[in-house]
Amino acid sequence: MEDIDAIALLQDPVRRRLYEFVAARGREVGRNEAAEALGLGRTLAAFHLDKLVDGGLLEAGSRRLTGRSGPGAGRPAKVYRRSAVERGVSVPARDYGTAASLLAEAADAAGLDVELQEAARRRGRALAAADGPCGDLAGLERVLARRGYEPVRGEPGGAESGRDDRGGPAERTGEAGAAETGAGGVVRMRNCPFGAVAEAFPPLVCGMNLALLEGMTEGSRGVRVRMDARPGWCCAVAEEVPPAPSKNNDD
Amino acid sequence: MTDDHRAERTPARTEDPRHHLAQFNVATMRFPLDDPRMAEFVEMLDPVNALADAAPGFVWRLVEDGQPDATRMRPAGDDVIVTFSVWESAEALWDFVYRSGHLESMRRRREWFRRHAEAHLVLWWVPAGHVPTVEEGMERLALLRAEGPSPRAFTFASPFTAEEAGLAPV
Repeated sequence: MEDIDAIALLQDPVRRRLYEFVAARGREVGRNEAAEALGLGRTLAAFHLDKLVDGGLLEAGSRRLTGRSGPGAGRPAKVYRRSAVERGVSVPARDYGTAASLLAEAADAAGLDVELQEAARRRGRALAAADGPCGDLAGLERVLARRGYEPVRGEPGGAESGRDDRGGPAERTGEAGAAETGAGGVVRMRNCPFGAVAEAFPPLVCGMNLALLEGMTEGSRGVRVRMDARPGWCCAVAEEVPPAPSKNNDD
Repeated sequence: MTDDHRAERTPARTEDPRHHLAQFNVATMRFPLDDPRMAEFVEMLDPVNALADAAPGFVWRLVEDGQPDATRMRPAGDDVIVTFSVWESAEALWDFVYRSGHLESMRRRREWFRRHAEAHLVLWWVPAGHVPTVEEGMERLALLRAEGPSPRAFTFASPFTAEEAGLAPV
């Protein structure tokens, strides 16, 4: 299926809501779960989910959702998750991906990390001026959502510097809020807008991304960004800055 | 079931346990290790090494006798430090290098290290249980530099399987 045909599948509002629901879960979703969440009949939800699989926007698998196995466990249920395949349409045709990967390759070879970070920080400042306030976590979250990062609130507070317990897939990539430990809000991003280029040149492009976010939040007292890379997530995390102690209030 | 290993988080367990991936890396320092401009890098050494030791799929890393790491060993030059480790799979190594707290030190690499015109990281397969030597690492890097990526010396961008390296059982 051509990209334009796959994307056209999302024109149907029900289908689009199903796609967005599955994408936002960040894990496998069963037909019943999707149908119930969107208030649809199971048959209708299944029809549209399978259409999205046909178009390569979702991937289907099967899993015993009950956790039982062996005789009596029942037939495995069909489950869906977002496909990692990128789809894009530009009219007229443009190929910024090739340009970006060539520029990244040259910048990486030339060791231009610091120069790229400086440019990204400047761009971040300009974006913040144009995109609206990023001075608190909710404002930043809205800007990140608009820019395709798919921000998710929550996630364990004690996961810094790799001390997390590396739990199972559901804990690590599932509902981020479930393991929230309090102590200020945290926003993680499910999607890396720089996808393939970041995969090919992680230190260069992840450093660029962090600098971009730093520029966006520069001068903010309510929110900060830092690197906290984990499999399956954007390498950066945004967090609320606790109110400073009184001695620092007037700086 | 899915075959999306990144989401499933079980890369190391699905690999052939008979073969492990060795990684050897050289980095030319901009300043001596005890220079104040290297202090933030030095501060990261212990926590990042601890992170590696606890990472899924970690097998071994080079440590000098009586030291917490190998930064005093300079087999590739007085201003060149080496990192040398063995992992259960390429995915396990990738996740540690680029998807853990280690990425923070990579992001700042140009503050502390010169860029290399030649390859600075080499990967190759070893039989499980084999502890590679520094000489072996230097040889593999020289091979990569001389002949480009091959099953005997490759990179993340041009990977080869253990089978391609002739390590699979006949």
